[in-house]
This record gives sequence, structure tokens and C-alpha cells, in this order.
Amino acid sequence: MRKIFFFLTGLLAVALVGGCGSGDRDTGVDTGSSAGTEARYLTIKGSDTMVHLVSTWAEDFMASRPESEISVTGGGSGTGIAALINGTTDICAASRSIKEQERKLATDNGKNPVEIAVARDGIAVIVNQANPVSELSIDQIGGIFSGTVTNWQEVGGPDQPIIVLSRESSSGTFIFFQEHVLNKADYTQQARFLPGTSAVVQAVNADRGAIGYVGLGFATQKGVGGIKVLSVKPDQASPAVAPSEETVRSGTYAIARPLFLYTSNEPSGLVKEFIDYCLGPDGQEIVRDTGYVSVQ
Amino acid sequence: MLVAAASTSILIVFLIFLFLGREAAPFISEPGLGRLLDAKWIPVSFQEEHFGLLPLISGSVLVTVMAMIITVPFSVLGAIYIAEVARPLERELLKPFIEILASIPSVVLGFFGLVVLAPLVKGLFGLQTGLNAMTGALLLALMAIPTVISISEDAIMSVPSVYKRASLALGASRLQTIWRVVVPAALPGIIAAVMLGVGRVVGETMAVLMVTGNSAVITFSPLHSVRTMTATIAAEMGEVPFGSIHYQALFWVGIVLLVVTFLLNVLAQRVLKKYGMMK
Repeated sequence: MRKIFFFLTGLLAVALVGGCGSGDRDTGVDTGSSAGTEARYLTIKGSDTMVHLVSTWAEDFMASRPESEISVTGGGSGTGIAALINGTTDICAASRSIKEQERKLATDNGKNPVEIAVARDGIAVIVNQANPVSELSIDQIGGIFSGTVTNWQEVGGPDQPIIVLSRESSSGTFIFFQEHVLNKADYTQQARFLPGTSAVVQAVNADRGAIGYVGLGFATQKGVGGIKVLSVKPDQASPAVAPSEETVRSGTYAIARPLFLYTSNEPSGLVKEFIDYCLGPDGQEIVRDTGYVSVQ
Repeated sequence: MLVAAASTSILIVFLIFLFLGREAAPFISEPGLGRLLDAKWIPVSFQEEHFGLLPLISGSVLVTVMAMIITVPFSVLGAIYIAEVARPLERELLKPFIEILASIPSVVLGFFGLVVLAPLVKGLFGLQTGLNAMTGALLLALMAIPTVISISEDAIMSVPSVYKRASLALGASRLQTIWRVVVPAALPGIIAAVMLGVGRVVGETMAVLMVTGNSAVITFSPLHSVRTMTATIAAEMGEVPFGSIHYQALFWVGIVLLVVTFLLNVLAQRVLKKYGMMK
């Protein structure tokens, strides 16, 4: 009896180890590459900044095409791109462009990422409502987040240490902010890294010396109390510009970025239908409604 | 049948070690293990990437030590009270509530910490923000206390009553009996309970992710923000490109965590066995 059970356990071990091999990681979802087969399921993963927008798109799309089912998840742009590389999602929502090393990993895995700009977004720099500072230049903001400026006094505020709040490194907002506002410098070691946009908003609300950054849609949309959006000066001499739809589209607001959808190969089938919908008048209307800026 | 069930668990533990080792192994040749001894953890950077485990280990250690400093007195005194001093009615009331505390999901406690504890700590110490190691330690203590109390109470209850009766017969008061006879006799069990509590605390992820502020700095100040090993894995694992250096570094964090908790458990088992009269 004992021998039989040891044998079965050994068999289980072999089966487990064998199954651990890196097999084909396709979801099995037909991404529409074979012509004529209508895929019914669609997965979209990625940017937290875009998750509300993409969910609204998905709901509206599913309402008009009842046979389709779309699942939308957040987790950060990095998460979405990793999922695209691993083949566990059809579309990836990203608030930053794909990095060279990620593109290489994708092509190594047989995927050829296609980038489609579907909206524009401004990044709002937020401070606590009780903070008298209401405008800063890009250099000052960069100095604050990289740690060269540590007291509000240095930028025209009260004598109070600055609490720097940031998103985690999985966020596209983190990468974009680092690249364009910090000029690729590292965030200060004293910064606090919070797991999501709402955590940043909550922390800024709670702490008088706090400063953080969020997508414009989050800051303006629900009328969140207790925070104040700063106006940004592109350089010390220029006037400060508050983020809004007009200033982001016209390019006068300095911290603006395109929002992307990535697909593994040229979109076709249900994926193409969805993307066409997003770029069409209905989709862009939703972009405006959710607080972002349309591409058209 | 029973042998198979037991063998399966040994097998699974072995496979977990194997899997972690396999995913982390390439790091040894490419950037080299020395990179893990860096003083900075900056895995994503346009300048230079740092994969030092020291800030993460220091964060976990600080939060764990502080949590145990709060937990041990509360738990041991609580266990002594429940086992020796409390009336049966109080015991019936206290034990269920301790069980309830143990069963609260850690993410709910994390939320409680964020909304209630953090402002409290901030006000109490006059800080700029409540997201620091102290808040994390308080939450972890809340999670460890039920574990340590239950096991300590078991250890105290299993001291043979002859010891107590002999002590009382010799003229010692109840308090003297408790502190000079019962607790020393139950000490191995209490130590084992504390070690299991430490194991629970070291592995806690969600609560610390939400309230410690996640700054990767080497500090021993309880009022400073810290980054634990568990929170690092939880926050960054979703992002990493599969197979990249960052991915491998995270697996090394996992290996360190696994080894620490494994050693703690082995140690606890050894202590229990050595003073084996109890268990």
C-alpha cells in the first residue's frame, strides 16, 4: 500500500514539474487574426489613470453590441504592457509609451505592439487646500519631487517641510512625471510611494504639507474636496497655466501626455471594432465626459 | 493515504523553493549577487537602477521589532490573565473576541489603519503625516496579538496543576505562583508563540503596503516611512517585464522572506520539542 502511494506522489511531482514549463501563454482568445471568426470576449488591462475611461467605453460598447463581453482591469501601465507581452490580454491601456526594452521583449515573444493614441491627459499637481501656494514652475516642481527643495518656504510658502507623495513604479503616471518633470532624475528617497491614485488624493487631503500628482480626470471630475490643483509655469518667466481641457489640447499646459491603447499586432476583428469605436464620435464624447481631452 | 498527504506538503514546500530559485538564479551571473547589498532600492530609473535589499530588510526588521515590542507584553499578560486570573464568565467573553480579531482580513485592518490610526499617530506625535513605521507596527501588533495570546494561553494551561498546587501548598501567594512557577514552566511555549507571531508579522503584506509610506530608506526611527519586503513584492510584481533583472531581484526578495520565515518556524518547532514536556 505504502509503495503505491509513494509512487502516486512521485507521479504527481513529475506532473507538476512538467506542467511548470513555459508553454504557450496564449489566452486562447481569438484576437480576430483568423478572418471571419467573431471573437466574443475581449480583455483590456493596464493604466489606472485610464481605467475609468476604458470601463465607460466598454460598457457603452457592450450596450450596442450585446454579443460581446469585455473585461477591464487596472494595475498600472507597466502591468498592462507586461500582460500584452505575456499574451494574457488583447488590448493594453497605457498612459505612457512602451519602452525599448519592453518592445524587444514583446517581439522576442512573437508580439508586435501597435500604438494607438486615443485621448490626451494632463497631470495635475495637487496640494492640500490649506496650502497658500497656488502656482509653481516646472523646475520648482521637479526640484521638490527629486529632493533638492525640501521646505515650502523655498517656493514661497509657509515654513513647513514638504511631504512628497508619488505613485508606485508600476504606474505610467510615475514614469511620465519622472521623464518630463523631473528630467529623468530619481525621485527623492524621502518620497512616500502610494499604491493608487485615490491613495495619493486621500493623503494630500489629510496632510497640510503634502504634494502629489494625479491624472487630470481624477482631480477635477468628482469635485474631490480638500485638495487644490496648482497652476504650472513652463519656466519662471511665463505665466502660470491651470490644467483644463483647452489648455491640454492646445499644448499650453506643460504637463500633458497622450493616452494609448496597445494591441499585439495590427488590430482586427473585435479588437479593431472596439478601437474604431473609441476613436469615433461616441468614444471621443465619452473622453470629454470623463474629464480627458479628445484627440480629434 | 496519510503518508501521501504528508508527503505532498513536503513536496510542495520543496517545489516552492525550487521555483523561486529557478526564477532568481539568472541574477547571480548577470548583475551579480553583490548588487543585492546596495543601500538603495531604485528598481525603475532613467539614471541607474539599484537593487539593494538592505533598505527593504531594514524596513521589515524595524516594523517587526516594533510590532513585537508592543505585542509581547500585551499578549503574555493577556494570556496569563485569561488562563489564571479571569473568572469563567470573563473567559467566555474574552476568547471569542480574540478569535474575531484574528479573523479580520488584513486589508480591512489596513483600511482601518489608513483612515483611523494614521491621523491618530500623526496627532499624537505631532508629525507631518501618519504614514510611517509606527502606524504599520501598531496594525501588525493588532494582527499578531490574537495568535500569540492563544498559543501562550495553551502553554500556560498545560502546566501541570501539581506545580501550582505544590507552590500554593508551600505558602506562596497566587501572584508569586504565577510569576515564579507557572510562567517559567510555560516559557518554552510562550517563546514558541512569540516566534510564530513574528512569522505572521514578517509575512504581512496588505496592511503595511497601505500605511507605512513605502520609502526605501535604511532607518531605525519609528516615525519615519519605511518599505517592507512584502509590500515591495506586492506593489511591483504586477509591473515587471517577465524575466527582467527587476523580476529576478523581486524573486530574491521572496527568497529572503521565505528563508526567514522557514528558519523562524524551524526554531519554534525545535524549542517546543526540546522542552518537550508540554507538547
